[in-house]
Amino acid sequence: MRWIWIDKFLEFKSGESAVSLKNVTLAEEHLHDHFPGFPIMPECLMIEAMAQTAGILVGEARKFQEKVILAKVKKAVFYHYVCPGDTITLHAQIESIAPEAASTNGEIMRGDQRIAQISLMFSHIDNNLAGKQFPEENFVFTDMFNSLLTGFVEQDTPPEQST
Amino acid sequence: MAKTRDEIFEQVKDVLVDALGLDDDEVTAEATLMGDLGAESIDFLDIIFRLQKAFDIEVPREELFPAEAVMSNTDFVSGGKLTEKGLAEIRSKMPHTDLSEFEQDPDVNKIADLFTVDAIVNFVENKVNV
Repeated sequence: MRWIWIDKFLEFKSGESAVSLKNVTLAEEHLHDHFPGFPIMPECLMIEAMAQTAGILVGEARKFQEKVILAKVKKAVFYHYVCPGDTITLHAQIESIAPEAASTNGEIMRGDQRIAQISLMFSHIDNNLAGKQFPEENFVFTDMFNSLLTGFVEQDTPPEQST
Repeated sequence: MAKTRDEIFEQVKDVLVDALGLDDDEVTAEATLMGDLGAESIDFLDIIFRLQKAFDIEVPREELFPAEAVMSNTDFVSGGKLTEKGLAEIRSKMPHTDLSEFEQDPDVNKIADLFTVDAIVNFVENKVNV
């Protein structure tokens, strides 16, 4: 199982930018402990949600041929808490992309209010970890991630229907 | 218009301060990127992206940091030291770096010390003032 921290994409401009959306709900059990009586979405999970938004953007730019992993949090500044019932949108832009890596800038918004600014670096690990071998299959971009892009980009193999 | 070396140094300093989360006074001309400033491999790419943006130049990774490729070539490294061939390769690929001290004892562990702030300034100076 993987935790997916975005619910859907709202916009997807291949190789340029993407906007995703997450609804925060008290049904997420970790909010019961973070913190008791004062549930807020952990900032580290907002970074992860941005990493998923921007990571899919970076991966799609190379047609998912690269295994893209988060390599560096260049900047993460938080301005407001995010509470159950909030809908946040994650806006990610590719700043630079090269064969070995990519850098992205992003903002998290709640309506017109800026919640966070998050800039990240991603590594294309097959091209960037001197000689280390990784499995052939792309373990980063699983079907669950691909299904988020349905309707936004052309896909060779549509996600399998569960019966 | 050509930039002076001081102007380039100041801009390179800003790039390194932002990329590596440093204080201004930590970035001196002699500082080594890995030893003194704590850069890791992904930081090199971050620095390259930022240099490209700051100076509007193309910075191929193998041009600015060619020693990575040299170290993984068995023709160029023997017994933990660079061979004559390896040294020749480094000399031709790193014209922006002062190699005089390294050549006395070309230990591969010391290659990291070749990546100095000064070497980046030299590299950028050659690129922007052609």
